[in-house]
Amino acid sequence: MLTTYTLEQIASQVRRDIIRMVTGAASGHPGGSLSSTDIMTCLFFKEMNIVPEKWQRSGVNSDMFFLSAGHISPVLYSILARRGYFPVSELGSFRLFGSRLQGHPSVRKGLPGVNQAAGSLGQGLSVAIGAALGKKLNGDTNRIFVLLGDGESEEGQVWEAAASAVHHKVDNLIAMTDWNGQQIDGTTEEVQSLGDLTAKWQAFGWEVIVAEGHSFTSIEEAFAIANNLLGKGKPVMILFKTEMGHGVDFMAGTCKWHGKNPSQEQCEQALSQLQETIGDY
Amino acid sequence: MIQYINTGNKDTRSGFGAGLAELGRTNPKVVALCADLTGSLKMDSFAKEHPERFFQSGIAEANMIGVAAGLAISGYIPFAGTFANFATARVYDQIRQSVCYSNTNVKIAASHAGITLGEDGATHQTMEDIGLMRMLPGMTVINPCDYNQTKAATIAAAAYTGPVYLRFGRPSVPNFTPDNQQFEIGKALHLNSGTQVSIIATGHLVWEAIQATEMLENMGISVDLLNIHTIKPLDEAAILASVSKTGRLVCAEEHLIAGGLGEAIAGLLVRNNPVPMRFVAVNDLFGQSGKPAQLMQAYGLDADHIVRAVKELL
Repeated sequence: MLTTYTLEQIASQVRRDIIRMVTGAASGHPGGSLSSTDIMTCLFFKEMNIVPEKWQRSGVNSDMFFLSAGHISPVLYSILARRGYFPVSELGSFRLFGSRLQGHPSVRKGLPGVNQAAGSLGQGLSVAIGAALGKKLNGDTNRIFVLLGDGESEEGQVWEAAASAVHHKVDNLIAMTDWNGQQIDGTTEEVQSLGDLTAKWQAFGWEVIVAEGHSFTSIEEAFAIANNLLGKGKPVMILFKTEMGHGVDFMAGTCKWHGKNPSQEQCEQALSQLQETIGDY
Repeated sequence: MIQYINTGNKDTRSGFGAGLAELGRTNPKVVALCADLTGSLKMDSFAKEHPERFFQSGIAEANMIGVAAGLAISGYIPFAGTFANFATARVYDQIRQSVCYSNTNVKIAASHAGITLGEDGATHQTMEDIGLMRMLPGMTVINPCDYNQTKAATIAAAAYTGPVYLRFGRPSVPNFTPDNQQFEIGKALHLNSGTQVSIIATGHLVWEAIQATEMLENMGISVDLLNIHTIKPLDEAAILASVSKTGRLVCAEEHLIAGGLGEAIAGLLVRNNPVPMRFVAVNDLFGQSGKPAQLMQAYGLDADHIVRAVKELL
């Protein structure tokens, strides 16, 4: 994408947006938003074939993105606004009454860039598979991307979907997991161990790539590998190793900031660690 | 009264299968998914004729609903089929978020609804499904009465844009509606004009209500009879017009009282024209194994029970 900003600069601004949105709304989910910021930045500003001004829910003739872990809506909204789907000024309405920026993504308010509601976990991969099958029927060679949380992968439907994608040879789909190892009640190991996540996806028949989710070099490389694996009869999963709350020292590596907003003082402290690059909304 | 002729017993699920097969030939946007019950749902013709548009979904209903939603987003008209219990209770949250809240154009095809599923017993006999589906904002709920009407309803569901719950059953029942009928979603069918009591029936109970009407008219009781094939949106005008003539009403359905058509009508009447009413439905019970007719009788869902309910009101 033509931009005067580097991915690092965009990601820094997105992280500021996330902090300011959840502070402004006095609610929301900063932890997972911050851990998936770099993946989302690379995806929307470099990887995907999209024309935000021409966005349609049906995704005809463009790549499509589905967010399955709907609670990390702050990162989605910031990315969509910064990428030009809707005015950046609208980010200030996050979670407010009447806003298009619902606590969890909704299609009911007409927010461009949102194809499907998410929030109740475990459903997004199934929907993405359906959209991918639809693309094949339509003869559309664009791709489907879907982002899951690692805690979300405790949901049984994720594994129904995992088997289904392989059975139907959904090879125009790149699924991604924000593997930050944290969920509301603690680490994923404490709450309900994911075990060997790589081996699990492989056992279901997926092509699995493990990458560092806070290195743009690693993220881009993972997408390049994934693209080469498409069209060969198998779905692709990229397991991005990330850190919950990445970019803000007191939020990093803990479950405590999964769904908690900072105080005004904590907000200032967080923002002091994140450079304002494009300009705050 | 007008005579309704049974042209031969047929199952309503076969009406769905015939409607889906016709849609397959006429509308390239129609796709179908089934959770390992293709034969039971009579989806085999569609699957055989359009293998590229049929998605065997295995015993994984939650995923099936989500995949259907994704296909709908891509511009297709998916019919996702399984037994009514697994098409509703098992996947309620998936229908709520991925279909209704997301307003995806998914048609839930629910077979083996009600107690007439028979021998399998209560695990498979849902009598809660109408209530569950009625509660979802934006869901259209259709419960046709015979083979011909189920076929017509299937074709109408595809032509309508938005989530639809289409409920039908397993047993062979009288087929008496016209084979070339136009199916208008949300429009009640007036089967008999009368002045003393309104009988409103849906699904398999419509034929029983016709039998009851004949019995009552032979006793000199004048019955206004409506077939409500669309439970949501409800044809409020037709129901209110009927009770304004009769002043009393019996509602008959193969469902629990809780959440069913009868409660929907009771709410309508309380808001507009409260009249005495009786429910021919199941009161807070699970089903059990048995022959369909045996179960209908045992659970109070046949013509005799409709007659009894009318007599209570007169």
